[in-house]
Amino acid sequence: MTAIAEPDTSQRTADLSERLRAAVGTERVLTDRTQVRTYECDGLANFKVTPAIVVLAENRQHVVDTVRLCSEAGVPFVARGSGTGLSGGALPRADGVLLVTSRLRSIGAVDADNRQVTVEPGVINLWVTRDATPFDLAYAPDPSSQLVCSIGGNVAENAGGAHCLKYGFTVNHVLGAEVVLPDGEVVHLGGRAPEHPGYDLLGAFIGSEGTLGVATELTLRLIRVPEAVQTMLVGYRSVEDAAGTVSDIIAAGIVPAAVEMMDALAIEAAEAAVSCGYPEGAVAVLVIELDGPEVEVEAQFRQVEEIARRRNAFETRIAADAAERALMWKGRKSAFAAVGRISPSYFVQDGVIPRTKLPEVLAEIDRMADERGLRVANVFHAGDGNLHPLVLFDDAVEGQAHEAEELAGAILELCITSGGSITGEHGVGQEKRMKMGKQFTAEDLDTMQLVRCAFDPDGIANPGKVFPTPRLCGERPGVRTGEHPVQAAGLGEVF
Amino acid sequence: MTAPTVTRRAGGPDDAIGGVVPREVVRPGTVEEVADVVRAAAADGLTVVPVGGRSKLTWAAPPESCDLLLDVTGLDRVVEHVAGDLTVVAEAGVRLADLQAQLGQAGQLLGLDPPEDGATLGGVVSANASGPRRLHYGTTRDLLIGTTVVLADGTVAHAGGKVVKNVAGYDLGKLYTGAHGTLGVVVSTTWRLHPVPPARRLVTLELPDVAAAGPLSVALARSTLTPSAVELIGTAGGPGRLVVLFESIAESVADQARSTVALLGGGEESEDLPDDVGRRPGGADDVLLRLAHVPAALSPVLRALPAGTAVAAHAATGVSYAAVPAGEAVDMLPRLRAAIAEHDGTAVVLRAPEGLVGRLDHWGPVGDALDLMRRVKERFDPERRMSPGRFVGGL
Repeated sequence: MTAIAEPDTSQRTADLSERLRAAVGTERVLTDRTQVRTYECDGLANFKVTPAIVVLAENRQHVVDTVRLCSEAGVPFVARGSGTGLSGGALPRADGVLLVTSRLRSIGAVDADNRQVTVEPGVINLWVTRDATPFDLAYAPDPSSQLVCSIGGNVAENAGGAHCLKYGFTVNHVLGAEVVLPDGEVVHLGGRAPEHPGYDLLGAFIGSEGTLGVATELTLRLIRVPEAVQTMLVGYRSVEDAAGTVSDIIAAGIVPAAVEMMDALAIEAAEAAVSCGYPEGAVAVLVIELDGPEVEVEAQFRQVEEIARRRNAFETRIAADAAERALMWKGRKSAFAAVGRISPSYFVQDGVIPRTKLPEVLAEIDRMADERGLRVANVFHAGDGNLHPLVLFDDAVEGQAHEAEELAGAILELCITSGGSITGEHGVGQEKRMKMGKQFTAEDLDTMQLVRCAFDPDGIANPGKVFPTPRLCGERPGVRTGEHPVQAAGLGEVF
Repeated sequence: MTAPTVTRRAGGPDDAIGGVVPREVVRPGTVEEVADVVRAAAADGLTVVPVGGRSKLTWAAPPESCDLLLDVTGLDRVVEHVAGDLTVVAEAGVRLADLQAQLGQAGQLLGLDPPEDGATLGGVVSANASGPRRLHYGTTRDLLIGTTVVLADGTVAHAGGKVVKNVAGYDLGKLYTGAHGTLGVVVSTTWRLHPVPPARRLVTLELPDVAAAGPLSVALARSTLTPSAVELIGTAGGPGRLVVLFESIAESVADQARSTVALLGGGEESEDLPDDVGRRPGGADDVLLRLAHVPAALSPVLRALPAGTAVAAHAATGVSYAAVPAGEAVDMLPRLRAAIAEHDGTAVVLRAPEGLVGRLDHWGPVGDALDLMRRVKERFDPERRMSPGRFVGGL
């Protein structure tokens, strides 16, 4: 489960670190073992690899120089923002450079009339909305980690959040990107206008998990802060009623800003951690938020209340003000961390199913967990069918971690057979690449590799992530090899 | 084994694309048949140009060669509409209007409203066509959640899926959108849908000077109003008409229309959508351009157009259509492109009278990613057989 690798200390990386120091400054290049170990994992801590070299870039030129030197030396690099990713997308390479972009933190002036702002990749997600607020604007994507996660990482993973249901994902809110390609060339994809002639390479780049290059500047679309926001917390005695409420809301032609669901175990955890005061005895709760023009929100909110009542909601609370709304969200947004209060260890999963299959998939997850004697807490974006099952286990119990990992994998396969996806927002990264072959055919994956090879023919940008099988770009489609060239040359390992 | 449904005939002048007459027109009836046709074309080294409803053939440059015109209108099945999930899977030859009619039965819609009659889903995707409601629903890139494409060698490849939220693998649907068949043949599409809003209300404001729409559109976009569309119809250097469309529940559209009249300082309220709203401007004698620019630059962009140019703008989005009199187009186009560049503006030729086709730079400047686009094209279609020459930089 845990990948352990010693950093590469060969002459090759020693030479590269010297060249990097000359190019970007000694103080920005780390090779000291204790210093580089700080970067051995991202938010998915069960994979750890100590990088050979860490570069702390502070401007675009540092990124360009680092990437170009890696390219010349044939050494792989992994870009990393805040390191909050949950799929191991920023897991370093023992034979490579970890390129940290979190010091590229400047935010341009908000262009209020065009509703956009240009930022550097290390800028924290929430800072964008903070800067936009004086203009009554906001940045819509709001992953739960938005206090700490970076825009660069959001773009790499096509980050989502609770309000995707109405507002879409990162890809719907990025207008343009300055990208350093894996050979050091700088290109501009998209821009400030809504369309540009040519292929939508920006669309392909967003969500490519660092395998196509490194963004050094991003132009983000801002949304007008809605006139009204209303949030309700609804308690149910059954998961079916909660799921039924979601279906009925959709069937009524209402598009809520967010519909979030938590089951009994997740509620227990959130309660233990942040005392959010969720309805006692609830088997499931929904957090439902509507936003838009006041008249519209008022009318539809009443309609949603009625729908919930018909679906046997036993308690409905309406947030009277921003503070109460924040408390309702606090329980939801802290759910992952909160599970630590009720279980020594847990796996966070991220799968997607068609929303209409929610009740049967949840029942099946329960059955699968019972069979293994494990517990699963469910937290999810119910509106768009994005599940986050948290598989609880105790490392101290012999074999339980392994069982839990197997269950987490089985849940993903259930998502695929239900017509869904192995990831809705966390990305494939290191963790799920072996599942890609279950969701996609070999031909589908080969087609994606065509894009990879156009951007990164030498395969040095975050190699070993996303795809199950490394491929050489010169190969004919359909012909796969087991070894990456870097690995074949004895220069590193593919974990 | 089902009977083959592919039909073949010799190409004729009516099949010409930008003056290029195809040798043969092939109309397969299934995805497998498309793959067979493309595979056979690969074996024979034939060039292939896929078409659907043929309503936007002039939107891309003429092909350098067209051995096979691949007509996908035989792929006309709506495969799966799951109302509860707000998703639909439909083949590329399904007409958008037919799909909307079917979805409408379930109170749902696909949020795309390009005006071209007879447009098919494959064509809408490949040309990245959009209409007024892009302000509210976005464009193909925001709504297309899955694709099946037949590649140049006949490989059938899927990307995305059937769920709205999905980040597994590269989002190739984005790449095929607006690629005009240069990367492969789009054969099936999966979309996210929206509910049909129950009520509609319009506010129409007559403007003595069309350029006055710029600041008004900015004011609307910065307000809390949520119009489905803000359309400007008019003449550069002359008068115009601003139409603000609200689609939601009755209470909301009534309230928002009232607020809009107050914000604009005037305007007439109505319920029926006039026929000319959302239509492309001009006629067959004009050069039709699609302009894209930062949204707030509408006024300077309008002023950069020759007086008398018919204009239809999705005013709050930064996408405008202009019908430039043919006599002025050749000289004017490079000047226009230079003038709007500071607004990140671009101008693409969508249609030109026959005599002008070779004399206009169809796509204009592409920027510093053109080489990367070329590398993508080379990977997908190394023999340059798919719609060769139709795209930017002669791709």
